[in-house]
Amino acid sequence: MRQAARHPAMVRICHWVGAAAFLCMIGSGLQIYNASPILPIVFPAWMTLGGWLAAGVAWHLTAMWVLIADGLVYLAWGFASGHLARELAPRTPRAVARDMWLAITFRLKHESGHYNAVQRLLYSGVILIAVLAVLSGLSIWKPVQLGWLTWCFGGYQVARVIHFSLMSAIVAFLAVHLTLVALYPRTLPTMITGGVRAEGSRP
Amino acid sequence: MKDHRTQARLVERRFALKGALSLGTVALLGGCDVGDLSTHEGIDRVLWTMLRFDDRVQAWLFNRRRLAATFPASEITRPARFNAFYPEYQVQTVDPATWRLEIGGLVADRRPLSLADFRGMRQESQITRHICIEGWSYIGQWSGVPLADVLKRIGADSRARYVGFKCFDDYWTSIDMPSALQPQTILTLDFDGAPLDPPFGAPLRLRVPTKLGFKSPKYLSALTVTNQDPGGYWEKQGYNWFSGS
Repeated sequence: MRQAARHPAMVRICHWVGAAAFLCMIGSGLQIYNASPILPIVFPAWMTLGGWLAAGVAWHLTAMWVLIADGLVYLAWGFASGHLARELAPRTPRAVARDMWLAITFRLKHESGHYNAVQRLLYSGVILIAVLAVLSGLSIWKPVQLGWLTWCFGGYQVARVIHFSLMSAIVAFLAVHLTLVALYPRTLPTMITGGVRAEGSRP
Repeated sequence: MKDHRTQARLVERRFALKGALSLGTVALLGGCDVGDLSTHEGIDRVLWTMLRFDDRVQAWLFNRRRLAATFPASEITRPARFNAFYPEYQVQTVDPATWRLEIGGLVADRRPLSLADFRGMRQESQITRHICIEGWSYIGQWSGVPLADVLKRIGADSRARYVGFKCFDDYWTSIDMPSALQPQTILTLDFDGAPLDPPFGAPLRLRVPTKLGFKSPKYLSALTVTNQDPGGYWEKQGYNWFSGS
């Protein structure tokens, strides 16, 4: 969408650490899912991580800490620095509809250094979904010690379905996200280097 | 419950286990099965280390006074699901009259206990959710003697770290002392209002509603109180040892 967004180092580090953690969480989560599917489908081995259930659980209980630490660092920094309020706070539904229409018709202008209304909605939405995914995951990992959390998610069995659904939503986001990166490949190095002068859009 | 698997999965697992034992295949496994816990090298070493970290976090989170949710009798799942590391037709049985639970380790009284001994003690009943590491679960009714009562009777050192269990189907596992003393942890004699059936652990099984199913061993033959981690059948292969709920 934007070719020359200036991404603070903290955003870039948290983005890539989080991306790696999420890939591990999804792959190992599908491995665990396959042990007792809740839908009439089983995921192929290449989509899973660990090779068998115990290793899938081990990956899940390892990447989980990376994801939680990454998320806490990002959110703490995001709130403290004002990054979340400034860059990600969602705009009005009207602004989202306008920017969505502009994006679909390939007329969305690049406001260098700022996210448009669609991006704000997607990014803040996926962060919220990620938080809920972690909480629902904790609720099925600890239905006794964190029983109140399991209760909030409707009990053990409902929480399993919610956890899977949230993962599906994250994968759906990922599909949109990667499609947009593929359409605007210059956004990729920007997320790695920060891309200020290299993109030539900032003096 | 232990675990439920197809024969193919078992064969695959045994192959992986065999591979782990053979130094010659470690390099080969490293190429295609990175991070499957079959070795203690590289990524596997990191995963094993994190599993021990997860054990410590769960021990810290565990509160003996926090009880597993209980359910009304109307919510009991019938039929309950059989589960073991072998198919149901291989279930072994023993003569309840001659069966004894061997007692060992840091205890004052090592005399084996008979079923009559257990029947003569205070019985507790619970309707709780049994959750398998695979994700499925069912609600069942178990009753028997609180493990804390048995540990008291045999004069167990409650400062010991582990209570280990051996089973006559060659399964074994172990739990931490705080979980062993949790009031819902019971040595189960009855399931769903009748003496345990062979598929569900006759004549005596452990029921730990604060842990995943494979930590509730069936077909008990020996109990030991120890400070040396007794491990377990699945734990040795990589299932998280604490596996608390």
